[in-house]
Amino acid sequence: MSSLRSWFKSGTPWIWLNASAVSVSLIMVFGLLSLIAVRGMSYFWPADILEIDYRENDGSETRLIGEIWDAEKVAAARLKDGGYPVPEGRESIQRYLLKQGNREILGADFRLVLQTSVLDRRKPENVIAVERREWGNLYGYLRSVKEAGRVVAAGDGALAELERRLERALRLHDQIRDIEKHEIGDINYGLERLRLRERRLELDGKLDAQSQAEIGQQRRLLQEQYQGLQARLGDLNAAIRRDGFSAEVATGGVVDIALANVVRVYQPNRMSVFGKSLFYIEKLWEFVSDEPREANTEGGVFPAIFGTVMMVLIMAVLVTPFGVIAAVYLREYARQGPLTRTIRIAVNNLAGVPSIVYGVFGLGFFVYFLGGSIDELFFPEALPAPTFGSPGILWSSLTLAILTLPVVIVATEEGLARIPSAIRQGSLALGATKFETLRHIVVPMASPAIMTGLILAVARAAGEVAPLMLVGVVKLAPSLPLDGNFPFLHLERKFMHLGFHIYDVGFQSPNVEAARPLVYATALLLVAVIVALNLTAIAIRNRLREKYRTLES
Amino acid sequence: MAAVPEKSPSLLPPAEVLARTGRRRRFIDSAARYGMAFGGISVIIAILLIFVYLLYVVLPMFAGPAVEPVASYTAPRPGEETLHLALEEQNELGVRFTRSARVVFFRTEDGSVRDTHQLPLPAGVEVTSFADADPALATVALGLSDGRALVVRHRYDVTFPGDERVITPALEYPLGEAPVLVDPEGKALLRLAVQRGEEGVSLAATTADRRLVLTSFQQQTSFLDDSVSYERTSVTLPYPSEEPTRVLIDKDLREFYVAGIGRISYFDITDPATPTLVQELSVLQGDDRIAALEFLAGGISLLIGTSAGKLSQWFPVRDDKGKYSLTHIRDFDAHAAAISAIAGEHNRKGFLAADVSGRLGIYHTTARRTLLVEPLSGHAVSHVAVSPRANALLAEDTQGNTIFWRIHNEHPEISWSALWGKVWYESYEQPEYIWQSSSASNDFEPKFSLVPISFGTLKAAFYAMMFAIPLAIMGAIFTAHFMSPRMRRVVKPSIEIMEALPTVILGFLAGLWLAPIVEKHLPGFFSLLIILPLAILLAAYAWQRLPGTVRHLVPAGWEGALLIPVVLLIGGLAIAMSPVLEVWFFGGDMRVWLTSTLGVDFDQRNSIVVGIAMGFAVIPTIFSIAEDAIFAVPKHLVNGSLAMGATPWQTLVRVVLLTASPGIFSAVMIGFGRAVGETMIVLMATGNTPIMDMSIFQGMRTLAANIAVEMPESEVNSTHYRVLFLAGLVLFAFTFLVNTAAEIVRQRLRRRYSSL
Repeated sequence: MSSLRSWFKSGTPWIWLNASAVSVSLIMVFGLLSLIAVRGMSYFWPADILEIDYRENDGSETRLIGEIWDAEKVAAARLKDGGYPVPEGRESIQRYLLKQGNREILGADFRLVLQTSVLDRRKPENVIAVERREWGNLYGYLRSVKEAGRVVAAGDGALAELERRLERALRLHDQIRDIEKHEIGDINYGLERLRLRERRLELDGKLDAQSQAEIGQQRRLLQEQYQGLQARLGDLNAAIRRDGFSAEVATGGVVDIALANVVRVYQPNRMSVFGKSLFYIEKLWEFVSDEPREANTEGGVFPAIFGTVMMVLIMAVLVTPFGVIAAVYLREYARQGPLTRTIRIAVNNLAGVPSIVYGVFGLGFFVYFLGGSIDELFFPEALPAPTFGSPGILWSSLTLAILTLPVVIVATEEGLARIPSAIRQGSLALGATKFETLRHIVVPMASPAIMTGLILAVARAAGEVAPLMLVGVVKLAPSLPLDGNFPFLHLERKFMHLGFHIYDVGFQSPNVEAARPLVYATALLLVAVIVALNLTAIAIRNRLREKYRTLES
Repeated sequence: MAAVPEKSPSLLPPAEVLARTGRRRRFIDSAARYGMAFGGISVIIAILLIFVYLLYVVLPMFAGPAVEPVASYTAPRPGEETLHLALEEQNELGVRFTRSARVVFFRTEDGSVRDTHQLPLPAGVEVTSFADADPALATVALGLSDGRALVVRHRYDVTFPGDERVITPALEYPLGEAPVLVDPEGKALLRLAVQRGEEGVSLAATTADRRLVLTSFQQQTSFLDDSVSYERTSVTLPYPSEEPTRVLIDKDLREFYVAGIGRISYFDITDPATPTLVQELSVLQGDDRIAALEFLAGGISLLIGTSAGKLSQWFPVRDDKGKYSLTHIRDFDAHAAAISAIAGEHNRKGFLAADVSGRLGIYHTTARRTLLVEPLSGHAVSHVAVSPRANALLAEDTQGNTIFWRIHNEHPEISWSALWGKVWYESYEQPEYIWQSSSASNDFEPKFSLVPISFGTLKAAFYAMMFAIPLAIMGAIFTAHFMSPRMRRVVKPSIEIMEALPTVILGFLAGLWLAPIVEKHLPGFFSLLIILPLAILLAAYAWQRLPGTVRHLVPAGWEGALLIPVVLLIGGLAIAMSPVLEVWFFGGDMRVWLTSTLGVDFDQRNSIVVGIAMGFAVIPTIFSIAEDAIFAVPKHLVNGSLAMGATPWQTLVRVVLLTASPGIFSAVMIGFGRAVGETMIVLMATGNTPIMDMSIFQGMRTLAANIAVEMPESEVNSTHYRVLFLAGLVLFAFTFLVNTAAEIVRQRLRRRYSSL
């Protein structure tokens, strides 16, 4: 007993308690990272499809087909209250969430299944999963392949025939999308530019018969092109509608599905591990390279990746000069005194001001004040539709540039502080001016530190969402901020962002349950990028420290 | 220095070239100096710009209104007594109803007559009384000497022939051009009230033979041809004890007020066939008299102006038993002379009041604000009308002068008391703090109390700090003071990574992953608070008792790593035990138990979830600053203490922590600042309801989340927009103070360390 008392008196238990705080923090960090990693990576893996004979609450038997999405133990008492048949003597029952797809037939993508009511479960090899552009997945059995309503293949050969025809349909779909998105999009853009030119001339009072005729001529040209494309589009649409197939679904009914509406058909239960791996890679590629479908809940996140990268790049271009100059001033030019102290307090405050305040400021000052003035001066022809006077990628980058300014300043200052003063003095002694010393000696030596700051700033900006919600991010941008239309870089456009995508799909989407894996995958992507950036920055910083340690000694 | 031999060939460029490049170099150098200085100072400019711009948007809210006298002229068509004045939406035309049943439309700028209409009255009948319905309806009624009344609406059609705006006034008769019978007995109507609702028109009047009559015309639409007819119901009400001076029917045709000299009778006329007297009460003290009585916009509140110049607001308030009674809500700054006219704004809860000395006051009810008091005329003001957009007024004095003013009054609803005090809003049972910025209904009054969302902000930050401070500071103490350097090299970057995690991901996990888990394993989470420390102490003691050969396998400073399996085990155990605990203590379901036994409401996205998620976000901030502060404590202090025989723990508590305490304090401050301003986590992990409840089982709405939710849909430069900017400014100012204080403390500490 006395040993316990003396042990307490020595203070050791308190040290252990303190140690436990570190353990808890570490568990939280790594637990969180692995949670995101596991959930995010499992999204692309094709799950087996089960066929279940199930007894409903009212005693009738039904057949269910679907993927097990989630499982949990539920207290038997609670289920009983909910009117479920519960066998006696059970405290808790396993309950599954079954993704049954076929939303247009069954009404909901998901249903709950009690383990105790499952009469039989099988993994039939020939069950197919169909990924569609509308109504989510379909699970069922392939019955026949049709061409213009006429059966062309049934039975064993049907799947091969279906795959062949699907390939054609996908090719046609790509062509249609290409025309709709790019060629027609370009024409619309051209027409809009013509309209603005006309209006501009009208505003300037220079709209004479000649320019009017010229514009009319160009407009007719574009409209002719448009007619041509329309005709081609009609042909393609007719061609893509040719094929279809019919499948038997869980309810026993047979449904007809047009191939125009199908993305992918596969048989997960028949796939080997290798086949599944290939499928996994294919899906992963689709995720990073494709556009979102079905209100962002399916498909890829390419526009969000593109928007994030673009915004961050513009921000980096804006923030680096200012951050570096401020840091150089603080470290190399300013005499330490009240002014530098004030600047330091300002830097710290910039770092501490809530990001949403930057959003508010950005919206009011950049978007409405600056953007509004720019519109009045340079884009009067588009008014009252705003050009720069509405949220866009430039304003988002500018807002985040102020937000990340302290990061760059602090990192650069640290780098400058590590450069031995002997090097500066050496340069000055050789007759170089202060600026020349800076430009040729100090700043190049500090460039890894500047790089570190920039990387940290980029990492911070990539994860920031709150201010962007006010100054330029949207859930679905019709076009990327960079495209083939003059002037190629459209700084006034709104953009998509990975972080906002997470918020939007996870919380604002109509089908949160179905979209959740996609959100995990997006979160994993974002975390991976940010952790990688941070680790790079930390590595550079550590190398830098080592380098100057040797230099100093 | 030795002289340079004169003839030796120099490798340097000729002197004039040198001088030229030297000038250029000097110029570049000094230009760079100024450029750099500007760059440095631009940081201050940036922060000042943010502050100034936020202030620039916020300030107009608190600026008082301005009035601009435009014109004053003899009333158009003088010589006839004015019954009523009104303005149309563009303030271009005014209208004047006169005793001789004439309607004069005139230009407000100069009083020139645009149009005159003679209302169709039967022969030999005089106008004996007048009433106007809710100002937004532009409907009036003339009570006649034969017990009938004529209901008239004035209307303005706006057309743009040749790109120029032309406003054409017109009259229409909702109940037909022939006057309708109000008093079945056909006596002259002395006081009249009219109101038009969706189902019809109600009129109330006192008659020359001292009866009080309520007549309603229910609209009947024919099924055959959609033609409209009206069914008349007339009832006689008990005549009040005091001679009525004013009668009023509310906009929803539910309440009917009869005012005497100092008393008001309040009738419920929801069913026009059987009106009931709810209450008769005295609204004044002493021998004060009711001089003016009008509805506030919306028809719920009564504004009473008295002969002593007092102004007050009353509305029916429901008590616990569901019974309504007319209640005194608030007073406004009194005038020096008797109130002669009151005019409510059409869409806002503001009003204008004029008195017999010719002074005009502009007030707002819920903001309890006297916006402006100005002399309007040298004589008593008899009529005041305010334009539909509340940006102009038309008044007439007893000398027959018509006065037209423009008013610039954008944000009357904002005052210190409306933002930070309890406000008694219409239809509420008592004064409350309410944030409710928008609603589907048109009649809605936005309620901008910053108290619930500021409270929510502090509540969220409080729970986050409850979670973060112990973990972060204890972790910092161990890492800085006890941990082995090798482990420290792993721990510090890990925690830095933790800081870099985007909050949107934390919020997403908190809302969709953690919240259901917490809900399901509630007892487990609470038991963890007790079990975990005990288990750790137990594990530590067990470790202590292990044979030295085992103990020495792990060097000192690795306790943190050793405890990881213990924490994992206990955590898993607590979750696994949760259903058992739930059955033992809470009858199988803690949520149900909380609601039924404790009466505590439970939200799935509650303060526990926010506390954990936001705690997670601020731990690294607090940790790294506190760790730096503790680590920087000069080693000779520690060594001295240890040499004197103090144990490591004693050294830590009495020397290290004491020295580093300002640094730890500033770490906590900065962490707090971060928690206060965090947006995405709160947005995603709570229900965002602006409630005032400290309960850990409920959510909140914070300033930051509120801005994120409402800013995108607020109209630029509207009051709502400016209030959201104010919320931003409050956040800015708050974090500015906290961060500046923390920074100053840190700078001081740094100086102290360097002197030690």
